[in-house]
Amino acid sequence: MSNRSEGSRLSFLIPTIYIIFLLLPIYWLVNMSFKENTEILGTFSLIPERPTLRNYMVIFTDPSWYSGYINSMIYVVLNTVISVAVALPAAYAFSRYRFLGDKHLFFWLLTNRMAPPAVFALPFFQLYSAFGLIDTHIAVALAHCLFNVPLAVWILEGFMSGVPKEIDETAYIDGYSFPRFFVKIFMPLIASGIGVAAFFCFMFSWVELLIARTLTTTEAKPISAIMTRTVSASGLDWGVLAAAGVLTIIPGALVIYFVRNYIAKGFALGRV
Amino acid sequence: MQKTWNNKAWFLVLPVLLLVAFSAVIPLMTVVNYSVQDTFGNNEFFWNGTDWFTEILHSDRFWDALVRNLSFSVIILAIEIPLGIVIALNMPKKGVGVSVCLVLMALPLLIPWNVVGTIWQVFGRVDIGLLGHTLEALGINYNYTQDPFAAWITVIVMDVWHWTSLVVLLCYAGLVSIPDAYYQAAKIDGASRWSVFRYIQLPKMKRVLLIAVLLRFMDSFMIYTEPFVVTGGGPGNSTTFLSIDLVKMAVGQFDLGPAAAMSIIYFLIILLLSWVFYTVMTQSDAEA
Repeated sequence: MSNRSEGSRLSFLIPTIYIIFLLLPIYWLVNMSFKENTEILGTFSLIPERPTLRNYMVIFTDPSWYSGYINSMIYVVLNTVISVAVALPAAYAFSRYRFLGDKHLFFWLLTNRMAPPAVFALPFFQLYSAFGLIDTHIAVALAHCLFNVPLAVWILEGFMSGVPKEIDETAYIDGYSFPRFFVKIFMPLIASGIGVAAFFCFMFSWVELLIARTLTTTEAKPISAIMTRTVSASGLDWGVLAAAGVLTIIPGALVIYFVRNYIAKGFALGRV
Repeated sequence: MQKTWNNKAWFLVLPVLLLVAFSAVIPLMTVVNYSVQDTFGNNEFFWNGTDWFTEILHSDRFWDALVRNLSFSVIILAIEIPLGIVIALNMPKKGVGVSVCLVLMALPLLIPWNVVGTIWQVFGRVDIGLLGHTLEALGINYNYTQDPFAAWITVIVMDVWHWTSLVVLLCYAGLVSIPDAYYQAAKIDGASRWSVFRYIQLPKMKRVLLIAVLLRFMDSFMIYTEPFVVTGGGPGNSTTFLSIDLVKMAVGQFDLGPAAAMSIIYFLIILLLSWVFYTVMTQSDAEA
């Protein structure tokens, strides 16, 4: 592709314009997060005239703010661990064996990835109320399994299908039991796949709000829900809102670098 | 890969089955339960047959939301898919540029959905937002909280901003899998830019494009958080999509019966569409 020169001098323009379009709203949020509210509302400036860290200080010193980040992190990590742990054996089964109803099962999993959270919000609330799990981290972690487990199965199945079956057979002939083979030989082979699946579970649990908000009241409330509450209650503290927004972007921005080459495969449900 | 027939593999699938059954089947059964009952309050329920379904299917409110949601999905697909292809075709192919592009483009995908809403809410406001302020300075009347047209434009541009990168990443993954030899052959044959695209790049991208269309359609069909934060479904009902309408009905008005019936209809539509896409996908896999 490198030796196609026609038009290539201008071709960098299109991605550049697109990236500028992507970054403009984010830049505006970052810009606002370093301003005082009087400056946000009173003047229109492209860079903060009196840069301030006050908005960030509010978040880092007020437990009702920073506990939101901790809550989000706890249920996101819990969900990632559960999803990947149960998806690993299932993905192995799908990639290696045919069994009764396997195709229907695979399709059924897909439909759960496609299920609208709005349909599930209220029944989830009643289900977890019945178990006394409302406002716990585990409730949100389990609820997010609805779409993350299917996703993890699909991604892992894609990676596992790339490992030749002869490796399994050789290991069994060498006397490995299934669990030992799986942990000692197979999992290191698909380590990148596990990483990518974990990343996607992390991501979709992190960005989801509707279910997380429905299942929590105070103790396990995610940061994104705290943001919406504060907007309506405290008379719109734009600066703090912007700072909180910026802080929710950072975790994603940090991990994205490590999975940049696999991100398309993950979105394609392991099928690129 | 040749797979062995082995029903013991069910034991490996069992944990997933139990977990997803717990978080999908039980809630769905609750919904089914509500959809055929009415209540006097006090948790007293009685059999109501299919009345709620008839009510929903005859209500303008449901059909309006459905039409709105379908129009939204079609519009964003019509923008995001071609735009994504064009950007992917012009992405740098090697060097640091690739990493920089991938990381920056993936950024919007990892922002919590309500923060996406907040970003655009702020960005579009006439008093404090860069976009709103600039448009006003240019003399364009833009107010997404008053004007349905502006609200639609805002929601669509926000979705394009949020999700076009997904299409770009998928297409890019399809494009890099094309061996250089294909392009050399095309060059020798004197193929035009268009025929290179039409006969080499597009067929290679077919699979990922199918996935992109599937994901974008489904996700836009169940969009809730982003438009809810920006417009709250308004002005009026102009941006009330299916999920927003459903939550309004279930949580806002607490009309459990109609909301449950609507959930079932909504879910069946999704099931049908997923099945169509899945069949098309597996068939194109079989051809490949």
